[in-house]
Amino acid sequence: MSEHAAAAHPRLQHHFDSLEQQKEASVLGMWTFLVTEIMFFGGLFLVYTVYRVMYPDSFAVASRELNIFLGLINTIVLIGSSFTMAMGVHSAALGRKRGTALWLIVTALLGLVFLGVKVGEYQEKFEHHLVPGTHFAPDHIPVEHHRGAEAYFSLYFAMTGLHATHMIIGIPMLLWLAAMAYRGRFSRAYSTPVEMFGLYWHFVDIIWIFLFPLLYLIDPSRHH
Amino acid sequence: MSEHGPSLKTYVAVFVALLLLTMATYTAAYMDFGSHSLNVLVALGIAVMKATLVILFFMHVKYNERLVSVFVVAGFAWLALLIVGTLHDYWTRGWLG
Repeated sequence: MSEHAAAAHPRLQHHFDSLEQQKEASVLGMWTFLVTEIMFFGGLFLVYTVYRVMYPDSFAVASRELNIFLGLINTIVLIGSSFTMAMGVHSAALGRKRGTALWLIVTALLGLVFLGVKVGEYQEKFEHHLVPGTHFAPDHIPVEHHRGAEAYFSLYFAMTGLHATHMIIGIPMLLWLAAMAYRGRFSRAYSTPVEMFGLYWHFVDIIWIFLFPLLYLIDPSRHH
Repeated sequence: MSEHGPSLKTYVAVFVALLLLTMATYTAAYMDFGSHSLNVLVALGIAVMKATLVILFFMHVKYNERLVSVFVVAGFAWLALLIVGTLHDYWTRGWLG
């Protein structure tokens, strides 16, 4: 380890021996946070599992109200944004200012496309009276499935809503990191903030990777 | 520090694999595997494969020191414990009639 060179780096905190050690601590700390996030979303996945076991047929019937094509498009958009995020982290580690800023901005734009599609989907659910509560009145769903369908849509809004909240928090951070990158705050020696944010963004992508089949692709008998 | 991460080629390969697996999960959703549980298992299996690719390559866990993997596995293991433990109750409630 080049401890003398590293000690001179302005980003090195006094309680670490080297930038490498500092980064290892950051990675572990970020993963500790992500483990709490696994449990945060995990509670919802647990409730989902219990209610799907209780109302398997109602969940299948209710899932027909979702637009699979839009879900598929959003899955591709989000996987694309994970790729551009990975490219941003890669560029930052190579010390490229403009490249990093550009990849981060593209990632933010893809995040906005995802949220835009989600807004359209939510609006359609409101118009079709699929929002749980006093106005829940789905026309196409048989009455015997209403109870299970309401549980399904409660979970649909809670899970996609919490997921979207994470993206709404992430997009301004992406733009802020892009501005920092453009101003040359990161270098080959130090690009930890970009890398740590990348972990957060990829985690949000992983949540969607599970939400897509669990919410949209429930009913195999449904036609294209 | 960049030499510890995946190469550009690896990133592109993982991206393509994720897109192919997305199409696979979409196609499998319309296929009749004989039982509804099998459809769920196939969908979840593909999702786990996708998540593993993201964690190992995009999130660099394959390139970090071992301790990070321990944290990741511990997180998902506790989630599995939560779900399996709860299902011991809900899944079996009807069995006693």
